[in-house]
Amino acid sequence: MSVQWTGPEGRVRPVVTAPANVLSSIGQEVDPTDPEIVALAADLVSTMRVSPGCVGLAAPQVGVGVQVFCVDVTGHPKAVTTNGTFVLCNAKIIEASRWRPGREGCMSVPDLTGDVKRAARVVVEALLPGTGEPVTITTDAFEARALQHEIDHCGGRLFLDRVAGAHAIYQRKVYL
Amino acid sequence: MQELAITVIGPDRAGIVADITEALAGVGANLTDSTMTRLRGHFAMTLICNGSTVEQAAQALEPTGLVATVRKVEPDNSGGNPGDPYILSVHGVDRLGIVAAVTRVVASAGGNITDLTTRLTGPLYVLVAEVDLPDNAADQLAAQLAVAGSELGVDVTLRRAESEIL
Repeated sequence: MSVQWTGPEGRVRPVVTAPANVLSSIGQEVDPTDPEIVALAADLVSTMRVSPGCVGLAAPQVGVGVQVFCVDVTGHPKAVTTNGTFVLCNAKIIEASRWRPGREGCMSVPDLTGDVKRAARVVVEALLPGTGEPVTITTDAFEARALQHEIDHCGGRLFLDRVAGAHAIYQRKVYL
Repeated sequence: MQELAITVIGPDRAGIVADITEALAGVGANLTDSTMTRLRGHFAMTLICNGSTVEQAAQALEPTGLVATVRKVEPDNSGGNPGDPYILSVHGVDRLGIVAAVTRVVASAGGNITDLTTRLTGPLYVLVAEVDLPDNAADQLAAQLAVAGSELGVDVTLRRAESEIL
């Protein structure tokens, strides 16, 4: 079954950067059929699309403390399985395996990157915005990493909360 | 704002960081970037602070009994680090001059070392560094490092520090 986002065009919202309470608070679960949540989903996709190099964006990053995020890793060199552009509500990781280290950054922490271990294979359960249909996504490699990063945002966690050690954060070199 | 560069080193013990940073906070010295680590039982701290004078910070650190230096530095307004980030790893039997020889090769290629750690454990010497390299410099540098490594009898690898923005 396709999880591809087919909703309306949204508006581009400003991205919140750390430190900000909304980035450190656990997001509320949502009713995925609520028109406001569908509008938020559309805004997340539109904001992701206008942000160069952005492969995912969670609601707390646009200042809304709820469990909604979008992902699109299409065409990324480290992606294997890809599900196109999709938005998930109330997502939970059901299985995670094949843990791999990697250096990642975040639009909400624009000046730093950090070494973070993530599962290279995950199973995620969530609800689709609009229909509220439950979905199970099994994915790997870069899409799995992106999902874990966005689900962390929905739980009030930044990659800084997961860095591998005291010497594992770095000044970011390039603004994408 | 006046920026201070402070170094403190002393025998490692629990509470050493709390003692030093409390003393500095007491005179309004606000820590910005710092690195603190244990080196063969000595605890070494290098800190950039602002908000106090050299005299205030030096006086605050004196009662700790640790070897401390405080001096005024010019703030860095260069606006970031140009170049592509790479990780350099070197390991092999310890001998005099490994760091000097390897880093000279890096410098000659225009590479800028932004972080470097060495450890000696038994006969094994390990060096890991973060290096910013000019565009298209990596392949040639890797070849030069291989030659230097073979002369020193150590293994050298240079790999791109890839990071993904999510």
